[in-house]
Amino acid sequence: MTDSGFRLKGSVVTTILLEIQTFSLDNIIFHLKKKIDQVPHFFNQAPIIIDISKMKRGITIDEFEALIQAVGSLGLGVIGWRCDPENLPVWKASVTIPLLPASKARAIQMAPETKEDISPDVVVKTVVEERLVPQATKVITKPIRSGQQVYAEGDLIILAQVSAGAEVLADGNIHVYGTLRGRALAGVKGDVEARIFCKSMEAELVSIAGNFMLSDALQDIVWKDSAQVLLVDDSLEIVPL
Amino acid sequence: MSLSEDITLAKIIVVTSGKGGVGKTTSSAAIGTGIALKGHKTVIIDFDVGLRNLDLIMGCERRVVYDFVNVINKEATLSQALIKDKRTKNLFILPASQTRDKDALTTEGVQEVLEELAKEFDYIICDSPAGIEKGAQMALYFADAAIVVTNPEVSSVRDSDRILGILQSKSKRAEDGKEPIEEYLLLTRYHPERVALGEMLSVSDVEDILAIPLIGVIPESEAVLKASNQGAPVILDTESEAGLAYTDAVNRLLGEECPLRFLEVRKKSFMKRLLGG
Repeated sequence: MTDSGFRLKGSVVTTILLEIQTFSLDNIIFHLKKKIDQVPHFFNQAPIIIDISKMKRGITIDEFEALIQAVGSLGLGVIGWRCDPENLPVWKASVTIPLLPASKARAIQMAPETKEDISPDVVVKTVVEERLVPQATKVITKPIRSGQQVYAEGDLIILAQVSAGAEVLADGNIHVYGTLRGRALAGVKGDVEARIFCKSMEAELVSIAGNFMLSDALQDIVWKDSAQVLLVDDSLEIVPL
Repeated sequence: MSLSEDITLAKIIVVTSGKGGVGKTTSSAAIGTGIALKGHKTVIIDFDVGLRNLDLIMGCERRVVYDFVNVINKEATLSQALIKDKRTKNLFILPASQTRDKDALTTEGVQEVLEELAKEFDYIICDSPAGIEKGAQMALYFADAAIVVTNPEVSSVRDSDRILGILQSKSKRAEDGKEPIEEYLLLTRYHPERVALGEMLSVSDVEDILAIPLIGVIPESEAVLKASNQGAPVILDTESEAGLAYTDAVNRLLGEECPLRFLEVRKKSFMKRLLGG
């Protein structure tokens, strides 16, 4: 591959399309120059395609070559031309620039306004920026009783106990500054970084991002003591604090 | 917090538990009587519509003509339905209906009755039925304070915890966003010997799980059954430990401080209990 000293690759380039509706060289050049003078920087050396597919009346090879010449002298680089494939002129082979395939229907639909379109008077830029919106932390000061359920979209902080038969859930972390006797489920929307902290571990169940452990297993690790629960490689770890 | 501070408005106290058979009606009768003995005008309402028991414990079953549901349905006036206690001054009973069910209790009806009672009484004791359904919710809905009656065993403690959650979420005070219902723990049927043997939860175990202030520990006592059968609240039996423990509980409820007693295993306690002491 490197022996040849080059590589052939495909590329898509946005170009300007000059669509001729009625041929009048002076008129076209006059208005085109006016457009270019408004934003000369934009048009300088810009690639342009001349499209004659929308012309009602035919055009001669001499008229067409003169048009190519005139457009080129305005500082634009004519890279090809387009024509209705059903209605190709007899002189098509004599043109000095390449004949490009007709564009897709969508582009043709928009074509009548091309002259206006090429004027970038107003540049609208839509910037989509992704931002992490932190969810508010929910703080609870009263005990969570049996049969009660509390859910927080962010972190959940409980400054009391969580009774057996109660359930606390959070998208984020769960802190229990009391005895955790009920069920605690952190990272319920799949956050594997979520953790559970409690002052006294006596939980019926702890879960992080769907990975859970029941009290039987917890009793063998940390029981009636402060602990944190975290997920390490898809398995729950109960660590004394 | 003392319950006696509020003298202009009646204090509504619900006696509840979730679980049945733990001593709600016995405690309602004893505490209601105890408060009345202290000179406060008190009414005890039986919310256990369909399973009317309070009148039996209070020994006034033969004097029931109209009941709570009759008053709600405007079939009788409050003064017709209220039964004045024969033993204790300042004490009245509003009995439940035995022939109806809990659906007879409507929020508006209960509220009307309570508002009318509040004009006349200092304390309104609501004896809640067991469970967490309509009857129990009606009994606690308008409460200012709750006495949660609990036995020292796990299922009773769990049910008490559940009812505490309901007090916090389904009471009028909770719905109105007012100061929450004051919660007090009353531990009944306490058996120091069995606690010592590890067969029963200790006071501190229950306090630890429920995390609400304790207002009394009532020891298991033959006197309770005897009192129920005689139709006299056990608090009137000043010879019994249970009666004295209820008196202590009433004192604490009214803001007095007194040390807990009858928590230790005592020698000859078996003989004492046998003799009803």
